[in-house]
Amino acid sequence: MAKPKLALYWAASCGGCEIAVLDVQEKILDVANAFDIVFWPVAMDFKYADVRKMEDKSIDLCLFNGSIRNSENAEIAHLLRAKSKALVAFGSCALEGGIPGLANLTTKQEILEFVYRGSPSTVVTDGGVFPQQHTKVPEGEIEIPEMWETVKSLDQVVEVDYYIPGCPPVPNQIWGVIEYILSGKPLPPKGSVIGAGVKTCCDECKRERKEKKLKQFFRPYEIETKPSECLLDQGIVCMGPATRDGCGALCPAANMPCRGCYGLPPNVMDQGAKMVSALSSVIDAHEPAEIERILDQISDPMGTFYRFSLAHSILRRVEKS
Amino acid sequence: MKQIKIDPITRLEGHGKIDIFLDDNGEVANTYFQIPELRGFEQFCVGRPVEELPRITTRICGVCPEAHHMASVKACDAVFHVDPPPTAKKLRQLLYNTFYAGDHTTHFYALGGPDFVVGPDAPAAERNILGVVKKVGLEIGGKVIEMRKRTQEVIKTIGGKQTHQVTSLPGGISKGLTEEERKQIEEHCRWFVEFGKFTIQIFEDVVLKNKAYVDLILSDTYAHKTYYMGLVDEKNRVNFYDGRVRVVDPEGKEFVKYAPHEYLDNVAEHVEPWTYLKFPFLKKVGWKGFVDGKESGVYCATPLSRLNAADAMPTPLAQAEYERMYSTLGGKPVHARLATHWARIIELLSGAEMALDLARDPEITGTCIRAIPKEKPTEGVGIVEAPRGTLTHHYVTDEKGILKKVNLIVGTTNNYAPIAMSIHKAAKGLIKKGSQVTDGVLNMIEMAFRAYDPCFGCATHALPGRMPLVVRIRDKNGEVLEEIKRL
Repeated sequence: MAKPKLALYWAASCGGCEIAVLDVQEKILDVANAFDIVFWPVAMDFKYADVRKMEDKSIDLCLFNGSIRNSENAEIAHLLRAKSKALVAFGSCALEGGIPGLANLTTKQEILEFVYRGSPSTVVTDGGVFPQQHTKVPEGEIEIPEMWETVKSLDQVVEVDYYIPGCPPVPNQIWGVIEYILSGKPLPPKGSVIGAGVKTCCDECKRERKEKKLKQFFRPYEIETKPSECLLDQGIVCMGPATRDGCGALCPAANMPCRGCYGLPPNVMDQGAKMVSALSSVIDAHEPAEIERILDQISDPMGTFYRFSLAHSILRRVEKS
Repeated sequence: MKQIKIDPITRLEGHGKIDIFLDDNGEVANTYFQIPELRGFEQFCVGRPVEELPRITTRICGVCPEAHHMASVKACDAVFHVDPPPTAKKLRQLLYNTFYAGDHTTHFYALGGPDFVVGPDAPAAERNILGVVKKVGLEIGGKVIEMRKRTQEVIKTIGGKQTHQVTSLPGGISKGLTEEERKQIEEHCRWFVEFGKFTIQIFEDVVLKNKAYVDLILSDTYAHKTYYMGLVDEKNRVNFYDGRVRVVDPEGKEFVKYAPHEYLDNVAEHVEPWTYLKFPFLKKVGWKGFVDGKESGVYCATPLSRLNAADAMPTPLAQAEYERMYSTLGGKPVHARLATHWARIIELLSGAEMALDLARDPEITGTCIRAIPKEKPTEGVGIVEAPRGTLTHHYVTDEKGILKKVNLIVGTTNNYAPIAMSIHKAAKGLIKKGSQVTDGVLNMIEMAFRAYDPCFGCATHALPGRMPLVVRIRDKNGEVLEEIKRL
C-alpha cells in the first residue's frame, strides 16, 4: 500500500513550530519512514510548481503553521487547501493569529511610521524613506510584497479541517497525533481540536487551588509566589482558566503564569471574554466600584487575555480612526 | 540588461531574495538582496507591560528565542534599575551557553558544514546533513541528534519550555535548580565539551588538511575589510551574555567600546526603499554605501567578528583553538568570511566549556534567584550576543512599566550590508561573460552569505543546509533566456 502523503508548510511564523516538529527527536526518522513527505520547505527539496501539478486532494495530511499576513501566504493557503484531504491549522498563529496577531492592536501605518521614521536609531533623510512595492533602480525594477493591514488566522482565509494548538505545540502531542493517524483509526469529526485535552490548563496544573477571594492583583515581577499554590490565588493573572489543557501546564510548573497559548477551551467562544468571566467570579467584592478598582490593577488586559487569540477573537482588531 | 533572480522559496515570508543584474556584456552590473518581511514587533509591543516582553519577543524567532529572551530580560533589569542575584545570572548564562553550543552545532553540521565536508561543488542532492553522514560516518548523525536532544533538555529545565522560554523576569529567574537537576545538567555539559572537541577534530581532518579548502577560505572572493563588533568581558574576552560592545577597525585596533545604554551614540540605521530591513552602520564613521574599508561605517557582527573584536576566549580549550586559527590564517583580524565557520565551532566549544563551568559552580543551586524591583521603571537597554550578531533591545516605559517605545536591532540585521556586499563580490567574481551559471556557481554565491548563518525570520534554517533557489536569466524585455532550478 502506498504511504500516506504528508505536507508541512510555514506562512507568517517564527519557525518555532518547525522546531517543535523536529523536537520529536529520533522519532522524526519514523515520520520520514511512515509518510511520503511531498512538501516540507524547511527540511526537504521540493518543487513548488509540482504542488500545483498535483491532483486535488492528493495530499492526505497537511500541517500548516503561521498566520496569514500577505497575499503570498494566502495564495499558498488556497493552493494547499485544494490539494489536501485534511488541512490542519498547526500552532497558535495558524489557529488564531498568534503573537503576530497583536499587530491588529496597531495599524500598518503606525508600524511603518515608527520603524522607518520614529525609531531612535533610524536616520531620516528627506522626510523619511519607506519601503516601496516597486522600486526603480538604475539597472531595472525590483519588487517586494505588500504587507496586509490585518493579520488573519488560517480559517479566516480557507476552510480548515483540524486544529492543533500551542505556541509551539509540544512534541509529545505532535507525536500523539502522528501515531493516531498512522494507526488507521477513523479521524475525528471535522473542525475538531486535536493534539490537546478537553478541559482547561488548570486541570493539569499541579498547583493547589482554593476558593479564590482576590482583593489585589500583582505583576509577576512584584512578588515571590509560593511554589505549590495556584498562581491566580496569589493574585498573579494566569490564563489557565481560559486556556485548553494539553501542554502539561509547563509555565505554571516553572513558576510563571499561563499566557494562553493552547487557545480557548471547549465550548468557549472567546478566550478574553472567558477570562473576564473567570476573574469576575474570583474577586472578593460586591460593589461595582470596588470590583472596578480591583480589575483596574490588571495592566494591559487586551494584550494579556488575547495574547495569542486577538486575530481570531470576536474583536479581531482595534479600529483606529 | 539581464536579470537573474535568486529566490529562496523555502519560505514566502521572511526569506531573502537576490536579484543579479547583468549588463549587456554579461558581466554583473549590480546585485540587490531584499528582505520582503516586516512584522512590526516594535510597534505592537507598545502598550504591553515591560515584564511581558521576554515572553513576547521570543516569537521574533523560534530558532533563537533564547537570545531574545535574554536581551529582553536584561533590558527589563535596566528599566527597573535592578541587579539580579548571582545565582539568577548564572542560571541565565548556563541556559544561554548551552543554547550556543546547540545552535552552532545545527549550523555547522546541517547548514554550513556540508559545503566543506561534502564539498562546494558536490552534487546538490548530497550537499546536506545526509551527505555529511555519508562522508564522515553514520555515528556522527546520531551524535548530532543526541547533542540537540541534550541541549534542549537543559534549556527546558532552566527555561521552562524548550522553545519560547518563560522563566527570566525582571530581577532574576522564576525557577531555581535542584541538586538532582544540576547533576543531570553537569553530565550533559561534559558531553557537550567532548562533542565540541570532536567537532574541532572533524574540521581539522576534513577542512584544514585539505589545501584546496584552506585556499578557498582565504580567497579574495570571500574577503571584506570591515569593522567588527562583539561583546567582551572586563578582560576583553568573548562573552555571549554580558559585557560591553567592542568594535575594532579593519586593522584590528579598538575603535570604540560602549556600554549597552550608549548604543545610540554608536549605531544608526540606514533605510533603502527596495527592502523592509534596515542597514545598521557605525554612526561615528557614517553610512558611505555598500563599501569596505575604514572610511565606511559598515560593520560585521558574527562569530568571526566576535573573535576579531576580542583579545581572547574565556575558556582554555577554545583559547587554544583561537590561537591556532589566527596563526593558521595569518593573524588578526581575519577578513576571510568563510573562516566564520571555524570561529563558530570555536564558540561552540567555548559555550560548552562555559556551561560545564557553570554547572559545577556551587552557587548554581542557590535559592536566592530573585531581586524584587523597587525603583520606578524608566528606560533600559539590554544587549546579548545572539549567535548571528549583537542583539539590542531598548525599552522606554511610563512610570507603571507600560511600554512607550521599543527599539530592536536584531542579530542578523547588523550584517545586512556585509551580506549584501559578500553576495555582490561573489557574483562579480564568479559570473563572467559567456560563462554558464551552473549549480556549482550558484552554490558558491550562496556560500558567501551562508557563512553569516543569516536568520531572516529563520528562512535559511532549512535542514538540507541550502536554500532551494530559482535563477532566472532574463533579457531586457523580461523574457526568460535560461532557467536554473536548485529545488
